[in-house]
Amino acid sequence: MKIPTLSELTAKGQSPDILFWVGCAGSYDERYKRVTRAFARILLAAEIKFAVLGTEETCTGDPARRAGNEFLFQMQALNNIQLLNGYGVKKIVTACPHCFNTLKNEYPVLGGHYEVLHHSQFLQQLINEGRIKLTDANHYQGRKITYHDSCYLGRANGVYHAPRAVLQALEADLVEMKRCKSRGLCCGAGGAQMFKDAEKGNKEINHERTEEALSTGATTIAVACPFCMTMITDGVKAKEKEQEVKVKDLAELIAEAQGLT
Amino acid sequence: MIQQLLFVLTLLVFGYFLRRRILQIRNTIRLGRQVPVTGPVAQRLRNMLLVAFGQKKMFARFIPAFLHLLIYIGFIVINLEVLEFVIDGLAGTHRIFAPFLGSLYSVLMNVFEFLAVGVLVACAVFLVRRNVLRLPRFWSAEMTSWPRLDANIILITEMVLMLAILKMNAADQILQQRDAHYTPTGKLFFSSLFIPLLEDYSTPFLIFVERFAWWFHITGILGFAIYITYSKHLHIFMAFPNTYYARLEPAGYISNMPVVTREVKTMLGLQAEGTPAEDVPAHFGAKDINDLPRTSLMAAYACTECGRCTSECPANLTGKKLSPRKIMMDVRDRLEEAGRNLRAGTKGLDDGKTLLDHYITREEINACTTCNACAEACPVLINPMEIIIELRRYVAMEESGAPPAWNAMFQNLETNFAPWKFPAADRFNWAKEN
Repeated sequence: MKIPTLSELTAKGQSPDILFWVGCAGSYDERYKRVTRAFARILLAAEIKFAVLGTEETCTGDPARRAGNEFLFQMQALNNIQLLNGYGVKKIVTACPHCFNTLKNEYPVLGGHYEVLHHSQFLQQLINEGRIKLTDANHYQGRKITYHDSCYLGRANGVYHAPRAVLQALEADLVEMKRCKSRGLCCGAGGAQMFKDAEKGNKEINHERTEEALSTGATTIAVACPFCMTMITDGVKAKEKEQEVKVKDLAELIAEAQGLT
Repeated sequence: MIQQLLFVLTLLVFGYFLRRRILQIRNTIRLGRQVPVTGPVAQRLRNMLLVAFGQKKMFARFIPAFLHLLIYIGFIVINLEVLEFVIDGLAGTHRIFAPFLGSLYSVLMNVFEFLAVGVLVACAVFLVRRNVLRLPRFWSAEMTSWPRLDANIILITEMVLMLAILKMNAADQILQQRDAHYTPTGKLFFSSLFIPLLEDYSTPFLIFVERFAWWFHITGILGFAIYITYSKHLHIFMAFPNTYYARLEPAGYISNMPVVTREVKTMLGLQAEGTPAEDVPAHFGAKDINDLPRTSLMAAYACTECGRCTSECPANLTGKKLSPRKIMMDVRDRLEEAGRNLRAGTKGLDDGKTLLDHYITREEINACTTCNACAEACPVLINPMEIIIELRRYVAMEESGAPPAWNAMFQNLETNFAPWKFPAADRFNWAKEN
């Protein structure tokens, strides 16, 4: 895949309309790299003038801040802001709600002011503008899909509608879990929990959430966050349902329905 | 005349104790860090109006919200009658508002009686929910004997106060037939049901009953007002400032530490060294209550231990020790302890104890997923997560005592700029693969 980087474009004296912030999970996690590629394909197909930072990108600092290491967070943040401001970045889209939250809410006070979108919002815009064309390959029509709200998208930033609007574009049968939207149950990975084992308890949070998702009878669990993807996928495996039930990111669903895979 | 003097004395004693207690609470809250209040005042007032006055967030759960509304309206409206009580008590009059309001007075008295019965019913249902149905959120680990007793005392006191009003009105209605001093109110809807029980008694006895119920009600209310300041029930006042001072940023935002920004900017050469640093804290993060912002301490007094936060907390739901309600109860207990120490003229906070470890354990704060379910669930905009983050900051930055897996993650971030141990050079490999 030929993905333009910001440094290449700048060298050519060009500037993109939007920066695609890939995030660490999107760059390194085997499963989420597929989401990154799916979203990049959608952007290419829609002829969006975008770029990525490539190897210049670094962690936003989200897990450090939430684990209490404010120094490390601010080191990451101030370095990233220098880089982004140096390139004159105005608009950012990312497929990670944690990056989204940090870039959008926590960078401004440190001098980083950008228009930040989560990929669910950007996909919704592209769909509304008619720039995403679904083909006959869309086999999600009428299929039961449940959507798991990411805390950092939902409660943290009030983005409940955009991901659902994207699923509606698939003409899928969207079934809600009992705990959804503002009462959605966390997958268990937020607040840097992704990077350590859970404290002692009587159940894993992702098992609790996966059971709820499975009880809807949906054959696809849609997610919009790399950590939720890992947690729910592990939950489905633990319940030995990985043959019948697939965990997919919104971008993967749309790319499939566009025949872009 | 004796009754008037006694009443003045009662009010003075009440005023003394209430003022003393308000100052105590103010002084303990002032142990905290002062943080600037930013954001539009209009939005803060709007929050207070909708969330505290309008109880908007209660209605996420309809049944308790409706019952709570009955008590709340009863509380506000019946307090109008308390105003009449106080004037009557001072002036030695009886039902002083009646002549001014004419027939409207009877209507109002009936409205009060309906509200009083509403309060009675709601309190009874709440007692059943707590003690018979035993809703799990009222029986979880931090709901030890005192919090449970406190809740029951509040509900029973409210019921007794309402019964006193009804009994007073019943005796009063009989006396209205016998003595011109007693202003006619007409038959009142609920208290008239008690008339057959009292009718056969002599006038002096009924006067005693009416006076006893009057005094019982007014001293009960004043005494209850003092009790409330020591109880979880203080939320009836503190909900208002708490919703006013509640943060306005998106829930996902975690407060910035300007002192760290200065240091990091100096390290990165973005700012000249030796920039004057004012308000440098003794240490980073919070170990005890004096490290927390005053808004968090005020929030501890606004918490009524309803447990909606804990019942939505993913960690608590899966058996971990963390309970957001306990975080708030611990902060309050520590505040009260510090306040007692200071008033006893002793060490204050230097009593060998701290909020972290003596009240809140590391196991608890480490279990938080920062999912914001607790803050979302709170009907009065308390945010337990802010406290958890401040405690984590102390552990991570002052002690380097974060869990080993987190320290490893920090190290990866420092060396590879990613939380995992992957080389930075591989970051763009996703575009080459399929």
